Amino acid sequence: MAEEAPILSIAGVSLRFGGVRALTDVSVDVRRGEIFSVIGPNGAGKTSLINCVSGRYRPTEGRILLSGQDITHMRTNRRAAAGIGRTFQNLAIFSHMTVLDNIMVGRHHLMRSGFLGGMAYWFGGAEQEEIAHRREVEEIIDFLEIQHIRKAVAGQLSYGLRKRVELARAMALKPQLILLDEPMAGMNLEEKEDMARYILDLNEEWGMTVVMIEHDMGVVMDISHRVMVLDFGQKIAEGTPEIVMANEHVRRAYLGEAVEPTE
Amino acid sequence: MVALTPAGDFRASYRQDMTLFPTRNSRRGVWLGVLLLALLPLPALLLGDVVDEDGTLGGLLGALDIGRYGMGLLIQIGFLGIAALGLNILVGFTGQISIGHAAFFGVGAFASAWLHEHGVPVFLAMPLAGLLTAAVGLVFGLPATRLKGLYLAIATLAAQFIIEDFFARAQWFTGGVAGRMTEPPSLPGIRFDGEEAYFYVVLGAVVIMFAAAANLMRTRDGRALVAVRDHYLSAEMMGINLAYYRTLSFGIASFYAGVAGALYAHHLQFVSVEAFNILFSIQFLGMVIIGGLGSISGSLMGAAFMVALPELVQAGADALANGPLDHALKLGANISFLREMVIGATIVLFLIFEPDGLAHRWRLIKAYWKLYPYSH
Ligand SMILES: Nc1ncnc2c1ncn2[C@@H]1O[C@H](COP(=O)(O)OP(=O)(O)O)[C@@H](O)[C@H]1O
Ligand SMILES: [Mg+2]
Repeated sequence: MAEEAPILSIAGVSLRFGGVRALTDVSVDVRRGEIFSVIGPNGAGKTSLINCVSGRYRPTEGRILLSGQDITHMRTNRRAAAGIGRTFQNLAIFSHMTVLDNIMVGRHHLMRSGFLGGMAYWFGGAEQEEIAHRREVEEIIDFLEIQHIRKAVAGQLSYGLRKRVELARAMALKPQLILLDEPMAGMNLEEKEDMARYILDLNEEWGMTVVMIEHDMGVVMDISHRVMVLDFGQKIAEGTPEIVMANEHVRRAYLGEAVEPTE
Repeated sequence: MVALTPAGDFRASYRQDMTLFPTRNSRRGVWLGVLLLALLPLPALLLGDVVDEDGTLGGLLGALDIGRYGMGLLIQIGFLGIAALGLNILVGFTGQISIGHAAFFGVGAFASAWLHEHGVPVFLAMPLAGLLTAAVGLVFGLPATRLKGLYLAIATLAAQFIIEDFFARAQWFTGGVAGRMTEPPSLPGIRFDGEEAYFYVVLGAVVIMFAAAANLMRTRDGRALVAVRDHYLSAEMMGINLAYYRTLSFGIASFYAGVAGALYAHHLQFVSVEAFNILFSIQFLGMVIIGGLGSISGSLMGAAFMVALPELVQAGADALANGPLDHALKLGANISFLREMVIGATIVLFLIFEPDGLAHRWRLIKAYWKLYPYSH
């Protein structure tokens, strides 16, 4: 099997907050085109890991490579153009903007008009640019089935819809790699099923590599190609869902199962 | 939650869906408003010779005439509205704060007068003054890349005092205590002297500056400003350079203040160093709060309110003149005092009861009438 370079390579990453060790020497490769899930108990360091990739945190040690390029010290706002998009565990939409504007913000790094071009809307290229990007944004809106709330103020929507808007905004970045921090948390069964379908589609049809943190083991096992388990900031297992579930450490640490001592 | 548009107002293309005005009627309303305003000075301009002693005239045209004094008030609303809009871009849309807006307004006023003194035609001096003020604003806006909230407020307060001090010392620029005289704008053959003619200058500036701001807010960089306000962490994740946009909003706000200051200077034709104090800065904040934070049209409403308020206080005091209340409180003598108090009280009342400002109230009223009589 000719191995393609991994889209994301996390190499020996540690992260400390004073005395707290959020991550300890974590190394993992994410392959292009896969759905890769990160699981682990609360406080295991899952969000911290994603934050290191997205630029919110800088690793204390180790390196992060995106398609072979070292992005450990790349400025956060440059990472959108490098091909990384994300959603947040606690909703981070622009509450006072309309849904449409939220998603259009995702096109920021793909657009060129500056403030002068914007002010001279009709005379420069701004109008043309807006229309072109609006067209692509509408495809995302159709895909996520949020046509009816296009013009609604995002902050006034239900929790499930806000999650969807946040996903739409991340998709608008046209990322190669999309990081989803608990995309289904707080959703009911139906909403979860929808979200799982969207994630599968954006992986298969939109060609995005997905790194997902999720607690719902059913969903994780169903849609992930591979899974990594974090516990106390350390990687304790990695592999296909079957292999990971069979791992004794995992059952003990994460599923809290009382594994009978094997004498 | 879902935007209400009248039935039959369909949009067939994205272009139609992205217009400045939410409905066909609101667009017509604005154009009609501009047209009516443009007609206002005509009676006095056309029939200038038959104007009565007190500046009013009779007959049909007289009905349109609001007198020289009223015209002056409209001019004030115009340039204060432009400055308030600038502050609103900074405070309302980007979520920063400035307690030094009047100082930037002053920079624009002196810069335009100074440029004109050195041979630059007024119509060129005014936008140049805006650019110069923007440059000054960018420098004083640099702390915004590091500071937020109260700390930023203090930094802009420092800007206010530093610039005021500069006005007092830089005699070459401001004319010192004597102030600086200047002239109205002119084109070959026309001199925009007098309230009626100058009104058109201000009206033109208002239309351009408000259209530019409305356009900005519906395009990439405008959305970036609001994104920085609403959630700067995820804005950064969207590829938005926080430092750039925080500074940019200071630059734009100062440009608006500078142009407004220039319009003020050539209206009054005199600029004094004492005019641009912190009280004036706070009045600008009052306009933005009363009109509506983050509302383009609200900026103009706030300015109108702030201009009308002292007039109302004066009218009230006049009505009570020589009455028992007047004797007890010495209204006549304390009128300026009273004005400040009413302004302060109004800002506080708006913050408590109408935090979204006049623009929001206006939208509610419109929505009410749209659904009338089924609005409950
Ligand atoms: N900004 C921070 N400052 C201090 N400690 C933090 C910070 N972010 C995370 N931590 C700590 O790092 C550990 C891992 O947190 P987190 O990555 O959020 O876990 P998870 O997402 O797996 O629930 C926790 O002990 C948390 O308290
Ligand atoms: Mg987490």
